[in-house]
Amino acid sequence: MIVRISGEGQFEVPDEDGERLNELDNRAVSAVESGDETGFHELWTQMLELVRSDGNALPDDELVESDVILPPRDISFEEARGEFTGAGLIPD
Amino acid sequence: MPGLAGRMSTVIKAKISKLLDRAEDPGETLDYGYQKQVESLQNVKKGIADVVTAKKRLQMQSQKYEQQVVKLDTQARQALSQDREDLARAALERKAVIQGELQSLDTQVKELENQQEQLTENEKKLRSKVEAFRTKKEVIKAQYSAAEAQVQISEAAHGVGEQMADVGLAIQRAEDKTEQMRARAGAVEELEAAGTFEDMTQLGEGQDDIDRELAQLGAGAQVDDELAKMKSEIGPGGGDTPALGEGGKEGA
Repeated sequence: MIVRISGEGQFEVPDEDGERLNELDNRAVSAVESGDETGFHELWTQMLELVRSDGNALPDDELVESDVILPPRDISFEEARGEFTGAGLIPD
Repeated sequence: MPGLAGRMSTVIKAKISKLLDRAEDPGETLDYGYQKQVESLQNVKKGIADVVTAKKRLQMQSQKYEQQVVKLDTQARQALSQDREDLARAALERKAVIQGELQSLDTQVKELENQQEQLTENEKKLRSKVEAFRTKKEVIKAQYSAAEAQVQISEAAHGVGEQMADVGLAIQRAEDKTEQMRARAGAVEELEAAGTFEDMTQLGEGQDDIDRELAQLGAGAQVDDELAKMKSEIGPGGGDTPALGEGGKEGA
């Protein structure tokens, strides 16, 4: 699967990692919802690390759409929270 | 995928769809699409230039704060040497506030610098993708039937569109950040202006709202320590230092 880390680029990640990413993402969401900032940042770092270590960066001139787009590395806790209250990173 | 990644993907994809929602004659769409991409690339370059300008402005603001810190320190010393502890305290309270602002400004300027580097890197990626699209559109025009072309075009255009949306987001975040910092710097300047920094002799006994506000900003303990230290440095009866008024003009 193709995963984009917003602001960094696209990576080709083994399909098996999808489940793990999904799990981490769900836990990150729970952390945000329960106001656990430290937990959120830890999980978030793990997600990015997984993509970075297992994935291969796509060449710049590759024209392919990503299956998943992860918010930027420096997303703040407030921004992450905003993702769920509607005032997300990108206003609609 | 639900959650953070899910929402991010959905929102970006919706943006791209909006960008690309034109299915007419494939050949025409290709050239039109490419033209639009080149225009967007120009906008991205302009966006990055704006971020750089904003960053420079904030760096200047930071230098101004540094000068004010020095000036307020000098004023505090002068006030003390004239046995005006109240004035010295007021100056040190302001100094503590400005120092706090200076620190946070410097941190944010550094963050902005990182964002700028990343933006430049991303602009390069976008340029590569636009260039790849240019090559691909000629291949598509020459080799594919209309129906096949439609699929190919869609894929290629989405590849470029996603990168474009992503760079756009990065620029927007950087701009938001500079905007917040500018607003904050403006608020501090207002505080200063209202407190008439230039003329410390006006401050005297009747503390105004600004003074109370400054004192409440948690500068208390730090100010006490600094005041004590300054007192011990200056020692008793250091009346030979220049008058307050002159000190005020030095840094202006």
